[in-house]
Amino acid sequence: MSGGGRPRLAVFKLASCDGCQLQLLDAEEALLDLAGAVDIVHFPEATSRSEAGPYDVTLIEGSVSTPSQLDEVREIRERSRFLVTMGACATSGGVQALRNWADAGELARAVYPSPELLRSLETSTAVSDHVRVDLELPGCPVDRGQLLGALAALLAGTVPRLSSAPVCAECKRRGYACVMVVRGEPCLGPVTRTGCGALCPAFGRACYGCFGPSRTPNVASLLDRFAVLGLTRDEAARKLRLITSWSPEFRAALREEVPAR
Amino acid sequence: MVPLASCRKAGEPATFLREHRERKSEGTEPVRFMDRPAFGRLLAELARRGYAVIGPTLRGGAIVLDHVEGLEDLPRGLGSRHGPGVYSLLRRDDDRLFGQAPGPDSAKRFLFPPRERLATVSRPGGRLTVDRAADGEPPRYAFVGLRACDLQAVLIQDRVFLGGPYRDEPYEARRDGAFFLAANCTDPGQTCFCTSTGTGPWCRAGFDVAVTEIDGGMVAEVGTAEGREVLDAAGAREASPDEIAASDRAVRQAADRIDRRPDLRGIGEVLYRNAGNPVWDEIAERCLACGNCTAVCPTCFCHDVVDTASITGQEAERSREWASCFSEEFTHVAGGSPIRASGASRYRQWLTHKFASWRDQFGVPGCVGCGRCVTWCPAGIDILEVLAAIRARDGERDHDERHRTAVR
Ligand code: SF4
Ligand code: SF4
Ligand code: SF4
Repeated sequence: MSGGGRPRLAVFKLASCDGCQLQLLDAEEALLDLAGAVDIVHFPEATSRSEAGPYDVTLIEGSVSTPSQLDEVREIRERSRFLVTMGACATSGGVQALRNWADAGELARAVYPSPELLRSLETSTAVSDHVRVDLELPGCPVDRGQLLGALAALLAGTVPRLSSAPVCAECKRRGYACVMVVRGEPCLGPVTRTGCGALCPAFGRACYGCFGPSRTPNVASLLDRFAVLGLTRDEAARKLRLITSWSPEFRAALREEVPAR
Repeated sequence: MVPLASCRKAGEPATFLREHRERKSEGTEPVRFMDRPAFGRLLAELARRGYAVIGPTLRGGAIVLDHVEGLEDLPRGLGSRHGPGVYSLLRRDDDRLFGQAPGPDSAKRFLFPPRERLATVSRPGGRLTVDRAADGEPPRYAFVGLRACDLQAVLIQDRVFLGGPYRDEPYEARRDGAFFLAANCTDPGQTCFCTSTGTGPWCRAGFDVAVTEIDGGMVAEVGTAEGREVLDAAGAREASPDEIAASDRAVRQAADRIDRRPDLRGIGEVLYRNAGNPVWDEIAERCLACGNCTAVCPTCFCHDVVDTASITGQEAERSREWASCFSEEFTHVAGGSPIRASGASRYRQWLTHKFASWRDQFGVPGCVGCGRCVTWCPAGIDILEVLAAIRARDGERDHDERHRTAVR
């Protein structure tokens, strides 16, 4: 961290719902600890203080969805020593990346009375598609424990370690009965990265992949299994085409299923 | 790995493991009988002795192991159906308590918990303090209704955690305090193959009491002095010859119903010489590398050690958690690259460890034939089919250099 004083932390937002920032704001006591350990110099959702940088640690929420965000993200990178993207939007393009699978212009004309006023990119993409990112925290929203853990590790001067194992690992650790084996539910857990604490299976629901792909996921085999469970190929592919559909791994698997537009 | 003094050579037949403590009872110990109320009293007696009673119970559509307060928590009248990647419960037309095959859990969940704090570190006033016994007094578990394969799995994990020169203290503390009320199987699952691994369905070692459920109650065999005391306290009377005969018949019939009979002769050598077999690649096409098989396997012990720090930098914690040879990150070595990058090499590692190198390491195979890895594989992969395929295609080689790395 930079010499003297406390490390300077900045939080920025691109195209997103603010849910990830809220994970920080809702952190109660841990937020006070954090405010004591770092100097929060830019965080529009929390404070009117805004300093231009440089920042020691920068958190970005949201995807790159407009031309101005593209400029902004490059600028932020230049002013940041350690850049962390948080959430499905910032790490994979988010749910708004569904437009990447369609004709964005056509969608805009269907939704807005004056689409010509929009300044929007054709695609919604991850921050790391445009600038170097030092750490990606997946999830919709990010897991608070994982976010605070990553910040704590950075403050301790170590590299945060995030597991890339699938949700199944955590689901089994917590002793939840497998929804796929017991109830035949099409669950994305086997190809989705752990970090959420197997939240959906905890409530008997199938994982819908909000943490994005685990490392080297075998998506094709899982889609085959969904077919055995009675889903059509299209229904199976739609499970994947949701919050993290534009992650490289899920995108590649979907391309196999549905030839590109 | 340091070989155990008692290690036998690979290829020798599996034999039943004996417990690490002496069995207290003699051959003349009478067989006992408990009706339902007496069995209820037995559970109460275990609780009275300060045990946390762990038994089968219904949760989330499956029979899991959890704390049970009394008879009403046990899965009365429930049966189970098992297949590759499928599991379901069914209503029986009787009110048996142990009339189903085990679900995903085994004693492993308690003796080697999925996540466990190993140490906490703090620095009050700048002085670094390390506290190793972070989780306080070890729990004393009384396991109710574990099956023969599960008992054998405990004895195998004993070799893993206690058999070498370094004893795993947290495991040892929980293990030594535990009481085992085992159940002989009368209703095996469709994925069970303990008759082929020589590990069931009879409980032969590692229990304090072993019961067999028959009409009207349970026939109980005494394993230790404490087991006898507990039966006495429950008011278990001596069993009649008819009751004993009925219990023998029930377990014999169960053994006969187990129709999965893999050919495991020399399987270790078959696996060793087939490290380059294309079957591994074919299975890897289907394998999700999700690690569910290793998580439910009652003998798998691999774990990861994780350090976390607090935001203030005043406290840190070291814990260990279940991990799996199926996850790519688990195969990373110093320098950051994976030693088993392909799914095929990781699948091969799991099966070869279970049936070949485990024996070199610990003197017995790592598989007790419980069938859990088959039932709980979301891709429906059946290890027995994989073993049969390797045997049938013994000697085939693929030309992919990646998979040629030695396995031992
Ligand atoms: S390898 Fe499979 S059948 Fe063998 S003990 Fe493990 S879970 Fe049971
Ligand atoms: S290497 Fe795999 S099979 Fe062997 S103990 Fe570890 S997790 Fe289990
Ligand atoms: S064999 Fe089945 S349970 Fe094991 S990692 Fe592969 S898909 Fe998962």
